Amino acid sequence: MSPTRRSVLKGFAAAATLAATGAPNAFAAPRPRKTPPADAVGLLYDATRCIGCQACVVKCKEANGLPPDTGTPRGAMYDAPDDLNAKTKNIIKLYKGEDGRTSFMKAQCMHCVDPACASVCMISALYKGPRGIVVYDPGKCVGCRYCQTACPFNVPKYEWETAFPKIVKCELCRHLLDKGGIPACVAACPREAVIFGGLETLRADAKGRISREPMRYFPKVYGDTDGGGTQVLYLSAAGIPFGKLGLPDLGDEPVPELSESLTHAVYQGFIAPVALYSILGFAVYRSWRRQGLGKGGEE
Amino acid sequence: MSHNAAAVGGPILTRTFKVCLGVFAMCILVLAWRFVVGLGPTTGMNDGFPWGIWIAFDVVVGTALACGGFSIAILCYAFNKGKYHALIRPAVLTSALGYTLAGASVIVDLGRYWNVWKIPLLWNWNRNSVLLEVAICIMAYVVVLWIELSPAFIEVWKEQEKYPLLCRAARRVHRWLNRYLIAILALGILLPTMHQSSLGSLMLIMTTKLHKLWHTPLLPVLFLSSAILMGYAAVIFESALADEVFDRPRETKILARLSGIMVAVLFFFLAVRLVDLALRGRLGLVATLDFYSGMFLLEMALFLAPALLLLSRKRRNNPGIELISAILMMLAGSLYRFDTFLVGFRPGPGWSYFPTIPEMTVTIGFVAFEVMLYLFIVKQFPILHTGVSPHRLEAAPKPSG
Repeated sequence: MSPTRRSVLKGFAAAATLAATGAPNAFAAPRPRKTPPADAVGLLYDATRCIGCQACVVKCKEANGLPPDTGTPRGAMYDAPDDLNAKTKNIIKLYKGEDGRTSFMKAQCMHCVDPACASVCMISALYKGPRGIVVYDPGKCVGCRYCQTACPFNVPKYEWETAFPKIVKCELCRHLLDKGGIPACVAACPREAVIFGGLETLRADAKGRISREPMRYFPKVYGDTDGGGTQVLYLSAAGIPFGKLGLPDLGDEPVPELSESLTHAVYQGFIAPVALYSILGFAVYRSWRRQGLGKGGEE
Repeated sequence: MSHNAAAVGGPILTRTFKVCLGVFAMCILVLAWRFVVGLGPTTGMNDGFPWGIWIAFDVVVGTALACGGFSIAILCYAFNKGKYHALIRPAVLTSALGYTLAGASVIVDLGRYWNVWKIPLLWNWNRNSVLLEVAICIMAYVVVLWIELSPAFIEVWKEQEKYPLLCRAARRVHRWLNRYLIAILALGILLPTMHQSSLGSLMLIMTTKLHKLWHTPLLPVLFLSSAILMGYAAVIFESALADEVFDRPRETKILARLSGIMVAVLFFFLAVRLVDLALRGRLGLVATLDFYSGMFLLEMALFLAPALLLLSRKRRNNPGIELISAILMMLAGSLYRFDTFLVGFRPGPGWSYFPTIPEMTVTIGFVAFEVMLYLFIVKQFPILHTGVSPHRLEAAPKPSG
């Protein structure tokens, strides 16, 4: 009962067609540089204005229904998260230099123009939503936590303490935006250290502040081009580079650039796998015959 | 050739089997706990290290060690080396077990496992995701492996006249297999090529988090070649073990030829690793002699040692040296992969990870389960070849305990 040449060829033709049409034109096309949508919104955080009052931390929890984080050594009287976590989508940190200079730092999702989390998510539970906000859909998430390892800002957090966990991250208070409001952290800030607005307006504002007061600011807007650009922009005080505030040096290249372009190159139009499969199929068929397999109904 | 494979026979409930059963029972208890309280209390993972040993060891190292089926299939079918045929079935069995349990580990590791059925649905796919490619390939490969192995079961079931239903089903499947097995065997080579390289591609996006000694655009090449190495090594290790346990003749002659090919792959791996670092100006990192360069040097030594040991044909024919080389190769590949996923992964200051006892219990429990299944299947079904002296099998096989 050896397979006939025709049945083998037919099988391969079918498999090749399936691979080419079903799986996908998909992994196609060289990667174009992504741009934020025209109505993209974001935040501008000016570290020189922040007084570290933490009002934004409190209001963020309130607006997002997040419980206090009392898991600190000194216990239940302190809502004192030491970093972003499943109960904290926004936090104020303090950098203290060796020369005694200090600077506050606000951390939340950066809403990257080309987000690593969305790039790696298998079934797009994290995706670039309306106005460029990076949105989380728990209905799709399988909890693989690749977003956590991939995000260069360590933003997505996981509910470690429950049997039915979710990923937790800032979604720019999109539920408030939908009702015509603004993000809770912005509304809470008494010093306008963090402001909300259209991305282009924020960029112009940030650059304007630096050119008006060059002595006051570190001469760069973080997020303008970093890692392909982010929709949250940062200004730091003169002499305090962004690395000191915990913002990684990513260069201008989008974070998913290398991984996506390599993957796309290999799987473009699914041509390489189909070609390889055809070659393998032929080789196996040849060996099969030469080794006299398939005779006598054996294997 | 498969005609020469035979069931080993002998009692199932040996001491080894019972010990494995005990370990596996503990693993089940821990798993029950994990599904009640979540990953936080049971594992050492945290927001900085969201991937622990269940991914780095069970999946990334485990599937590579289970690549024997792939390595031997390449030789046997793609390069038409029929003489390796005797190794195919045991290798495919180990692969099937290894991949199935890697799949099980993933389910245990997934936080929201109840959504997992949504992954294979085409319209859900994010085609930019390397993990999607890995997931789909591994799911498909598990199915392919069990189909590849199925002739071993069918041969037995076909003859079970006592159970007419089973017998008839087996005959029908056998006809189907005869028609499509070639297409499936080719898939059995394509799928591992794709996902083993993609396992390396998973770390490409971690441009700032993965240490510069491990982050390179060549990660997919290094992962694919290390998988081939580890697959070969595991076949040698396992066949030595099986021959010892079941008191069977050694297959040194066949394996010596395999070892020659491995030397080439070993030097290829070393060359790619070093030339890549040199071209991108990162060789200086090796000389820093910190913890990371130490791990790197240990890796290099583990790859170099078997390459040198197996360089001479005379040593290749020595079963002892062959076994030692195989063990070194398994260690080398495992350490390389472990380093890439855990040791070289630095999410930022203040984060650290070490697996908890429950976490390790699950990993060890899965390995124990694999051993149990292996022993059971090898004793009941024609997997291991009968070698040059088939009569030796007729003598009562030594209990494996």
